[in-house]
Amino acid sequence: MALDRWLALVILLICLAYGYAAFFTMDALLPPIMKRSPIWPSSFPKVLVIGAILLSLSVLLGLEKSPEKKDATDINLSRLREYKVGQAILLLALMVAYALLLRPLGFLASTFLFLTVGSFILGERRYGVMILVAAIAAGTVWYLVDVVLGIFLSPFPIFMTGG
Amino acid sequence: MLEGLLTGLATAFTFTNILMVVGGCLIGTFIGMLPGLGPMSIIAIMIPVAITIGDPSAALILLAGVYYGAVFGGSTSSILINAPGVASTVATSFDGYPLARKGQAGKALTVAAISSFAGGTIGAVLLMVFAPALASVALLFHSSEYFALMVVGLSAIAAFAGTGQVGKALLMTFLGLMMATVGEGVLFNAPRFTMGVMDLQSGFGFITLAMAMFALPEAIFLVLDPNRSKTGDGSDGGKIKNLRISKDEARKITPVIGRQSLQGFFIGVLPGAGATIASFLGYAVERNIASKEEQDEFGKGSVKGIAAPESANNAACTGSFVPLLTLGIPGSGTTAILLGALIALNVSPGPRLMVDEPQIFWAVIISMYLGNLVLLILNLPLIPYIAKVLAVPRNYLIPFILFFTLMGAYIGQNNATELLILVGFGICATLFRFADYPLAPLLIGFILGPLLENNFSRAMQLYDGMGFVWERPMTLGLLILAVVLVVLPGYRARRARLRAEGVADGD
Repeated sequence: MALDRWLALVILLICLAYGYAAFFTMDALLPPIMKRSPIWPSSFPKVLVIGAILLSLSVLLGLEKSPEKKDATDINLSRLREYKVGQAILLLALMVAYALLLRPLGFLASTFLFLTVGSFILGERRYGVMILVAAIAAGTVWYLVDVVLGIFLSPFPIFMTGG
Repeated sequence: MLEGLLTGLATAFTFTNILMVVGGCLIGTFIGMLPGLGPMSIIAIMIPVAITIGDPSAALILLAGVYYGAVFGGSTSSILINAPGVASTVATSFDGYPLARKGQAGKALTVAAISSFAGGTIGAVLLMVFAPALASVALLFHSSEYFALMVVGLSAIAAFAGTGQVGKALLMTFLGLMMATVGEGVLFNAPRFTMGVMDLQSGFGFITLAMAMFALPEAIFLVLDPNRSKTGDGSDGGKIKNLRISKDEARKITPVIGRQSLQGFFIGVLPGAGATIASFLGYAVERNIASKEEQDEFGKGSVKGIAAPESANNAACTGSFVPLLTLGIPGSGTTAILLGALIALNVSPGPRLMVDEPQIFWAVIISMYLGNLVLLILNLPLIPYIAKVLAVPRNYLIPFILFFTLMGAYIGQNNATELLILVGFGICATLFRFADYPLAPLLIGFILGPLLENNFSRAMQLYDGMGFVWERPMTLGLLILAVVLVVLPGYRARRARLRAEGVADGD
């Protein structure tokens, strides 16, 4: 089964869970006065989920003929081994780490680490340039966002600012 | 109209706003040149900045400037290194890159700049003429018609999705609409589908979703395939210097620009069509009507082949502002993001916009003229230097793209959970792109979702049920149109297939 139909199956399962919530659990919380209204919070989701289930079934069952042509500029899944999947996964993990460390480490340190480790993962080995670029970028962005635009970004680690 | 124009001039010609146009065009051009950052991602990145400005006219002028800049910047990278960062400039690379390989990159860029300028300017004139008329029609609309109109807009996405993609495009639209129902609705003050998670109480962040759908998958693709961002050999300054266009070439491209600006504009007005379709269609039309020997030149560096898609996609960008500003319906992913920005700035686009806040409407139109002019003035002398940006090594480019997507999502919400949601959705979006699911419909559905539901609910409450469908002829007409739009492509594909099979049988 092709990837698009697997995804359709996943979407179908999500829709079923969503539909279950819309049809069976949501209305229980509705105050009695709202029940006299012609529209309930669950009305629109109910309509949506029926359409989505029908559409995901149609993709899942392949009711519509897909065109065979492949765009040359796009990634071809059958050659996945030739691509740098490892790098991509590491970078995604790095983004998760950034999300988790942003508060405790502060903006400057975590951004600096993100940019250096990011270019390291991609194969950069000129450490001097790497560190310089990351430091300048982290400082400039913090200055622009916090000082110029006035959006607060906690710059330093949590132990230095006391939370 | 004249009065409105003067209001617009007064608003646009303040020091701040001129600065916004120039700044926006510059930022757009430079970031737009980087492969992988199209107008959609750049505007999404700029939204937090625009929102902080506070003044809706200035913010919209800035974003519009970024938009034109990005479209032009995208064509630069497709001409110089055959790396169209944006779908709408793919057609430009058909002839732009061959011409650049012949050592005439300067000429190719100049033709692109002039065609973009002409397309954008003609588009702005048409917008000025047609938008008020469209808006006055739109004033007849009630909430039930709005509901129906949005259904039409959403189904138009399906109609333009291309053969074999209609089901997927519609499924993505529904998914987007469903995601929009997460969190507290406007009409009902009860959280829905939050699964008890506090961070979902206010729903998914729109910028987070925009980043996750467009910028992140493109960045991941850049990582996966190093050739995607390869810097070609045409980027060294020496080859770019010759900017001259001969008289003969000017005579050739003038009618092309005229035709494609008109055609592009009207394609851009249709919701769901947008600059990509306009540029491909423009290229195809010009190729078909060219003389035999000119036809052979297409694909090998024809100036007509650059002028056609460039004027068409710029005119279409302007055209897509018509439904956005007059009806509040975004015709493309980019205008969908702009709509989100407008709502964040407390401006509700729609027919009332021209009545309630004419200065915003007219300032945007004036900024279009200004923006196009600024682009031309800035870019012609800068062309030799512009190419240098492309030399940013991939090892630095990608971490920065990723960092900017993270920042975009974080600045808006100041919530680190949003970043995890971003990465999660980004992975899903990449999988969707692998499987050829279009992602723009999801975002359009997500943005239109609350508007659609609110108008639907209001109509239901006013008519105490579904009565509005048959009591209001315009609603019924629009809904029928929506059904036709969904069914038509499938029907035509089926008929074409049947006919083809008939021929194969020796008919």
